Amino acid sequence: MANEKASELPEGGMIIEAGSSRKYLTGDWRSKRPECDELKCTNCLICWIYCPDNSIIVKDGKRVAFRLTHCKGCGICANQCPAKAITMKDEVG
Amino acid sequence: MKKIAMNGDQAIALSWKQIEPDVVASYPITPQTIIVETFSEYVADGLVNTEYICAESEHSAMSVCIGASASGARTATATASAGLAFMWEVLYVASGMRLPIVMVVANRALSGPINIHCDHSDAMGARDSGWIQLFGENVQEAYDNSIMSFRVAEHMDVRMPMMTCLDGFIVTHSLERFEPLPDDVVKSFVGPFKYRRSLLDFKNPITMGPFDWTDYYFEHKYQQVEAMKRVTPVVNSVAKEYSKISGRDYQIIEPYKLEDADYAVLAMGSTAGTLKEMVDELRAEGKKVGSIKLRLFRPFPHAELAKMIEGLKGVAIMDRAVSIGAEGPIFPEARSALYEAKERPRLTNYVYGLGGRDIRPEELKYVFNQLIHKEGDTVNYLGVRK
Repeated sequence: MANEKASELPEGGMIIEAGSSRKYLTGDWRSKRPECDELKCTNCLICWIYCPDNSIIVKDGKRVAFRLTHCKGCGICANQCPAKAITMKDEVG
Repeated sequence: MKKIAMNGDQAIALSWKQIEPDVVASYPITPQTIIVETFSEYVADGLVNTEYICAESEHSAMSVCIGASASGARTATATASAGLAFMWEVLYVASGMRLPIVMVVANRALSGPINIHCDHSDAMGARDSGWIQLFGENVQEAYDNSIMSFRVAEHMDVRMPMMTCLDGFIVTHSLERFEPLPDDVVKSFVGPFKYRRSLLDFKNPITMGPFDWTDYYFEHKYQQVEAMKRVTPVVNSVAKEYSKISGRDYQIIEPYKLEDADYAVLAMGSTAGTLKEMVDELRAEGKKVGSIKLRLFRPFPHAELAKMIEGLKGVAIMDRAVSIGAEGPIFPEARSALYEAKERPRLTNYVYGLGGRDIRPEELKYVFNQLIHKEGDTVNYLGVRK
């Protein structure tokens, strides 16, 4: 929850620092989370191409994890996965 | 300086020529067209360095102004009536982003039925948009207001867009003698454009106009509320400075022969001039009357108005617009201003002059006489065939 007062904010909704979207944890919005069956995944990286939130973490050319701080749970990765390795699971709690 | 004859629109264009805004984006609409037409000739003749953009609509014209102002350019435009209505959505973007755009509004009725003549419905429709609104009485004042507006809007305590209004046709198209200031005096009065942040400042990258959710939007609206409170002192200080270079004094709300008056009539725009003539005539007949010219409508000078009319026996508020289902737009402001007053005058409202219907001297005399004889309803419609 934001706590800056009106008098402390830049006027007109201006954002005066670059790259501040990193601080905006859109993962809070998620009601479903992606899960990957590592046995089915072929590391084609189509999920990485399609993810609108840069939430597919790739290391050495391989998909290694989901960035759950920013994944909104949109399900595009699961929809696009040609190997049907990714499924969307309900967030609990 | 020598007096010259021009109509209100030409006088505004002249003021722009002297100020030389960085960007003017506009779309022509009667009765404003002469402003942008005359100014575009100045541009074509190489007399000004302004980037002049012919937009395809008023919505686009204001959008261009927003982009230009956000990039750190001194920006001006002009519109009227349906043009202002078409800008409605983006008016709020300009004010919400705190962009000091100056816009001249040649007040004209709104359609329908279609009408091109003067009333204040267009500007009144934008009264809640977060724009400062200043009204002028005649060509001289329209010219002076235009110059002062840049200083007010761009003041670092304000940073808000400003509308300077003049009565369509009555002032925009009437040839009047007025006294412009020399070019260099205007230039140095307005000074160079300053900005706090610019979209084109690549060393300090910023985002303007981002999505503002439930956790911040209210705070940004409150910033506008607070900034609007800082406007009146700035309008006053700019007017004071302007009087030094022009010899003309302006106040946000101007009394005329009010010192010993029992009754007064208040109006905005050109009618305030006719009122002064009527006050003189009635004074000659021994009647203790005065008049009030309201210049600043947003922010509304509640305290100043209350102080001015408290203790009078009767005050009539002339409204050249109507909020259908309520009354004229100035009237409820005046009534609200008086709520805490100890001695409240009888307050009546006269909606008049819609769609350019002439307001004749004898009609204003009739209003004064109604006040004196305690006649008239709370809300009256003056000059309409019922």
